[in-house]
Amino acid sequence: MRVSETPLYPYERSPDQDASTPARHPVVVVGAGPVGLAAAIDLARRDISVVLLDDNDRVSHGSRAICFAKRALEIFDRLGCGDGIVDHSVTWSRGKVFFRDRRIYEFDLLAEEGHRRPAFINLQQYRLEELLVRRLRDLRSEGRPVELRGGSRVTKVEPGAGSVLLTVETPDGPYRLEAEWVVACDGAGSTVRRELGLDFAGRVFEDNFLIADVTMKADFPTERWFWFDPPFNRGQSALLHRQPEGVWRIDLQLGPGIDREEEQRPEKVVPRLRQMLGEDVEFELEWISVYTFQCARIERFRHGRVLFAGDAAHQVSPFGARGANSGLQDVDNLVWKLERVLRGRSPDSLLDSYDAERVPAADENILNSTRSTDFITPKSDASRLFRDAVLDLAETQPMARPLVNSGRLSLPHVYVDSPLHSADRSDLPARTRPGSPAVDAPIDDGWLLGRLGDRFQLLALGIDVPGEEPGLEVISLPAGQHPLLDERYLGEAPGALYLLRPDQHVAARFTGYDPERIAAAFRRASGQETADS
Amino acid sequence: MTRLRTEPNISDGDGFYQELLELHQGRSKEESDALNARLILLLANHIGDREVLREAMQAAARTAR
Repeated sequence: MRVSETPLYPYERSPDQDASTPARHPVVVVGAGPVGLAAAIDLARRDISVVLLDDNDRVSHGSRAICFAKRALEIFDRLGCGDGIVDHSVTWSRGKVFFRDRRIYEFDLLAEEGHRRPAFINLQQYRLEELLVRRLRDLRSEGRPVELRGGSRVTKVEPGAGSVLLTVETPDGPYRLEAEWVVACDGAGSTVRRELGLDFAGRVFEDNFLIADVTMKADFPTERWFWFDPPFNRGQSALLHRQPEGVWRIDLQLGPGIDREEEQRPEKVVPRLRQMLGEDVEFELEWISVYTFQCARIERFRHGRVLFAGDAAHQVSPFGARGANSGLQDVDNLVWKLERVLRGRSPDSLLDSYDAERVPAADENILNSTRSTDFITPKSDASRLFRDAVLDLAETQPMARPLVNSGRLSLPHVYVDSPLHSADRSDLPARTRPGSPAVDAPIDDGWLLGRLGDRFQLLALGIDVPGEEPGLEVISLPAGQHPLLDERYLGEAPGALYLLRPDQHVAARFTGYDPERIAAAFRRASGQETADS
Repeated sequence: MTRLRTEPNISDGDGFYQELLELHQGRSKEESDALNARLILLLANHIGDREVLREAMQAAARTAR
């Protein structure tokens, strides 16, 4: 039996259902997909009591999100489950691009050296969710305050001044919960979003995709194959991607206005797949589905005590694997802020920075995925003319290959205009400027990111920090001993101090020790001071 | 409008123009359009400078009917 057919977290009656007044919880997360699970794990690790509600009782059906970028893996490392996820996944770097009936070029994405994690991995969403549920259970057995309630569908959301009232439908009937904060991770069809009457804004366009999971009976190369306008899917695109366990993902673009039932019939699908894979390749069809997407977001991600993350807040086309990857970065950004607010260490205005930072990130993802969609499905004659010209040239002219856009790899957003960051007055390397996520580098006993925790910290490279810094953990490393660390953090400078946030993004950096400037940057980064210092 | 060269810059302009027309001779409208698109992309890559390219696009758009 496949994992997605097994109830992993069956409905169990909660004492909250018998309470005379709604039980109050610091945080309720709605939706146990990858984003909601990651949020609950991060909160539980910080000893913030969290209830995770899901209308289902099992992991997702079908492979769905399959590509997880390096930043997501680094977040999983921080959450304590990176190894298990990477161990179950496949890594690939080679690919082929086809145009009409010919192969126009091959590529090998050589990853930059000196990072613990690869640029991306492939793993079925249901496998990822299974591993995240396991991590959540482990935390619970360690005594962390986390509860995953299956078969619990939120049907009503009533925001109040000091809390939000949720109505939860269960097999035993409805009950109510009071949440100080609600994190809505309930996906593209978010109930919470609908309950708050929020609409998606921006450029909306829809396209149908057929996705199929196929098991190959024989060896097949571990490569990504992308077809533009192939003979077996005229005017559209197709993608073949490797997953673990001998399963391959096939994405066929179908365009708008199709007959969904008809397109999913095996009699229709199998001949197409034969044309894709070659007549002599034996395969078995495991799972098939038709889905649509749009590129849009809600205007604001914070609505009082309700915070939206993942597909509930923004949606993108599948090109570039920006859906799950950006949702995980939402959670990475949000949870430490929630913790500080709940503990009274920062004012609740700190949560406005979640909106200020993640809205531009969503826009960047929407921009990238819209550009990919425009390249893959040209919407005008001129657009098709240039698209085809790029593909024709790409066969013989290397100059055209960077213009071929079948999805741009998801990279973490740099919070350039964040209200939490202090102005950078240094000549230190651009890739570690304020707003950037800390860049990994090998250090003698392992990796830099492994040494960083998930609190505010001061990374001191070749600069002596005399005393203790209030509220900050100091991590001191020598300069001149780790070439890649020096290259990424120092450049030509003899030493530097980096103020890192709990999500490992750079908040400020200095080339000399000045306790007042460090303290000011920390107050600003933790939302305790908004004026420019 | 400072970086795009708008003064004559091609030696033997008549020869270049003839070559350009010869390139399109015997081609259908569709083939010519595709060829022009490839030519634009090759030349744009050679120029490389985004500001020059932007100015060229604007100059071309301004003179269009």
